[in-house]
This record gives sequence, C-alpha cells and structure tokens, in this order.
Amino acid sequence: MLSSPPKLYVDNVCMTFKTATGVFEALVPVTLSIPSGRFVSLIGPSGCGKSTIFNIIAGLLEPTAGKVLIDGVDATGTIGRVGYMLQKDLLLPWRSVLDNVILGMEIQGVPLREARERALSLLQRYGLSGFEYLYPSTLSGGMRQRAALLRTLLFDTDIILLDEPFGALDAQTKLQMQEWLMQLWSDFGKTVLFVTHDVEEAIYLSDEVHVMGTRPGCILESILIMLPRPRVRTSSLTPEFIAIKEHCLNLLTASAPALPEAA
Amino acid sequence: MAVQDSPHVADVALDLAPAKPVTNTTAKPVHRLPVQIDWPTWAIVTTQAGILVGIIGLWEAAATTSVIDAFFWSQPSAIWHTLKIFFTTGDAWTDISFTFRSTIFGFLLGTAAGSLLGLSFWWSRNYAAIVQPYIICLESIPKLALAPLIILVFGIGLGSKVAVATALTLVVSTLTAYAGVKALDPDGEKLFYSLGATRWQVFRKLVVPFCLPWIISVLRVNIGLALTGAIVGEFIASQHGLGRAILYAGQTYDIALVWVAVLVLSTLAIIMYAAVSWLESLLRKGTRQ
Repeated sequence: MLSSPPKLYVDNVCMTFKTATGVFEALVPVTLSIPSGRFVSLIGPSGCGKSTIFNIIAGLLEPTAGKVLIDGVDATGTIGRVGYMLQKDLLLPWRSVLDNVILGMEIQGVPLREARERALSLLQRYGLSGFEYLYPSTLSGGMRQRAALLRTLLFDTDIILLDEPFGALDAQTKLQMQEWLMQLWSDFGKTVLFVTHDVEEAIYLSDEVHVMGTRPGCILESILIMLPRPRVRTSSLTPEFIAIKEHCLNLLTASAPALPEAA
Repeated sequence: MAVQDSPHVADVALDLAPAKPVTNTTAKPVHRLPVQIDWPTWAIVTTQAGILVGIIGLWEAAATTSVIDAFFWSQPSAIWHTLKIFFTTGDAWTDISFTFRSTIFGFLLGTAAGSLLGLSFWWSRNYAAIVQPYIICLESIPKLALAPLIILVFGIGLGSKVAVATALTLVVSTLTAYAGVKALDPDGEKLFYSLGATRWQVFRKLVVPFCLPWIISVLRVNIGLALTGAIVGEFIASQHGLGRAILYAGQTYDIALVWVAVLVLSTLAIIMYAAVSWLESLLRKGTRQ
C-alpha cells in the first residue's frame, strides 16, 4: 500500500460556478484516496456535488482548484482515462446491443471484428445472450442497464465510475442487478466508484462509503465497511450492518437542508 | 289535488305498460356506436373510375354541344389526340427528361447541402449564433421571387432550373437538420467524450445518425418543392421542359397541349413522390425509427 500510489487520488478538488446571482460553491476541497480494486460509494443528498466529482474525474469538467491523479500521474482534465456510466443508459437506438457495447473500443480504434468477438463472449457470460442483435428499444430497463454497464467495462480502464446505475429500476430488478454487479466486480477486479441515494445499497456493495454533505458539497465522513465478503442478503440484518446504516442516516439527516429557524 | 292526480298517473302507467314495458318517457335516449360498413376494394375502385369517366364524358358532351367553349376549355378527344402527337412527333421525352433532371439535381443538391449546413451548426455555437439570423432571413424571402435573378446569373439552360430548385429545398433541409442538432442530448456527447472520443468521432457516430430521421423527414416535402422550382424556372426562360411547354401552349392558345403537359407533369410528380416515399421508408428502417 505504501510502496505504490493509490489507483485514484482526488487531491483537494474545488469547484465553483459563476451564476447570475454570484458565485456558487459546488465543492469545497474534496480529497479521496482509492486503492486499486476497491469498491467505493458516495452517498449524499441531491446537489451535494456527486456528479460534479464524477465529471471532474472523467475529465469532462476542469476543477477550479486541485488535481486528479491516476496511478500517481496527473490526469486532471484528460478524457478517456476512466469508464463512466451516466445515470441514463444512453444506448444508441440505431445500434444493436452488441454494437452499443463495443462503442468504447471502437472509439479507441480497436478493429470492429476483434471488438465484436471480445464483446460477444462477455455478453453471453453476463446474462445478455440472445440479446446481442436486438435493438435497445426492445429491452427492459434492467437489460438496458446491463448493456450500458458492459459497455463501460469493455472500455477497458482500471477505474469505472457508476452514477446511480440502478436508480431508475424497480426494487426486485435492483437486487438482481446488485448481485450481478458484485459478480462482475470480483471477476474483473476493477476499481469502482459508485454513486447512489440508497444507503443500504452503498453499504452492501462497498468497501468504503463516503457520506457527503451539501451547500457546499463536501465529504462529511468516510466509513470503512469491514463486513466479510462474499456478502449475502441477510448481511443487511446483522447488528454491524444496521449500526453503520443508522450512523449514515444520522449524518444525512443532520446535513439535510436546514430548517428556516436554524438557517 | 293529490286525489285528482293519482288516478291520472295510474291511467298513464296502465296504458303504457302493456305496449312498451321497458320504455319510460323520462329515460335517456339510447345511443349506439355509429357503424360504418367498409366497402370492398373493387367497389371503391369502380366508383372512383366511374367518377373519372363521368367527368370526362360530361366534359366531352358539353364541349360538342357548345355548352362550354371548347376553345378555352378544350375537350377530352382533342387532348387525347394532342397527347398522341406530343409523344410521337412532339418533344415529350426531351421535355420530361429536362424537367426530371432539373428536379432531381435540385432536390439532391438542396437536400445534401442544406443537411450538411444544418449539421455544421453542431461544430461551433459561435458560428451557429452568427449564421442563424441569415438563415432565418433566407427562409422568409419568397425564393421564387428571386427566380428571374437566378435565371440571369445561371443562364437559360439546365443550370438555372437546378439553381431555383436548390434554393427552394436548401433552406428547408438546413432548418430541419439544425432542429435535429438542437434536440441532441448533451449527455450523449458526454458519454462519447468520457470514452475519449474526438470531435470528429462524436460527429460521425453520434450527431449524424441522431439527426438522420430529421433529414429523412423532409425528403417528401423537398421533392415537391424541387419540382415547383424547376417549373417556375422554366416559366421564366427556357428552351425545354414541361413548364416551358405549358407556358408556350398557353401563349399560343393551344389549350389541349396545356392539359397534356399538366397531365404528364402530374404523372411525373406522382412517380417521383412515390419513389421518395419508398426511399424514406427504406431509410427509416435503416435508422431504427
């Protein structure tokens, strides 16, 4: 751990936006250090800057101050370094599932035949066999989300950012997708940064949970989740799990938009 | 009062009860879904043909009995005779080919250039902001009013007809393609850039396929506009074309030839419209609409 730099290091990143009414502070210095292969979640209320952090890490937004280091190398403002899955699946309706999934490789210049071959075996292994040549409009929400996630994975970066990937799914599908994601994560050994609104989801999936506060966006507390893996559904009923969940919920409630008299 | 009323009511009830047991004078009228019985296709077609034959027959009869002036209105038999001459010893094929070429070239040029221009607004917001008012001005100018100028610049040959047809179609395609560009989801671009795409890749793999349905949707409108442009061009100054044939025939009071040219022109229009509709459905399938 000490000999090599963390996989992803977000170094005192700040973000302010100029608006009509003045300067809006989206993020005060935020520092995150994520070792290779970790599953890390960010939870927080809406508007706490989770998506801003993601956009900065993905190089789509230049931070006002601070740096993003990948493997100890400055990667601030450079694109194509991390896999980024946005809230919407953004599957292209004119491409088949297979051709959607290879988009990242295609952009990187991998020959189409090779990209398709690689994608086909993956689609078959991860629950999309039989869907390869269908168009996204014919897929269910869960299947679309799987395709979008595989597209992110096939982009072949060590770090992947998942912005509320299961936010729009029904409860049942969401549970299935969590198991599926755990499977993928343990197979591929990627470093995952995961944004969610769902405290239980964050604890269940993660090695570490960062609870964020709002106005301005900041990290209130980082909590290591020491629950043993592989985890099962009933893990969420153990006293440790419940204690962590309670602690997180307390933090979130305390940081919730203040009442008028407290303002 | 009550004593007088009650036998009266009882009478009515007794009178009505045996005849119409269900009906009640205060009940709401019963409404049913209107039913339309569809005629078989042959009946529809026969009726359509009958109407056409009827019109032609009446026209011929009215002209021969001098109810209408055959000099101004001509008559079906004379039109048929002229049609045969037009296609055997006349310029039918030269004229058709001339008008057809002007239309198709104008259609292709206007649609392609317009679509590219519309798509190009994606590249730079500054450029789009600067050019937009000019495009809107161009849209509001009645392009046909410029036709005499276009003829002067491009001469009386095919080029000027193509130019008028292009002028009519270009603006429509530009604005439609631009509407597509404006409807683009910024998150789609974000996804592409997060995968390390260049601007050119985003344009080719996202912007163009996304805007294709918009571009395709104006094809049918444009083929009609291109034909209008070609005909107006021929009206102003030309040596060939169906438009010129109509103008020439009108000026020499050859009304039968006017009808013949209009008839041929309509047929040409229908064929081109059908071809473009077919092309459109083909392209729509390709773009998964």
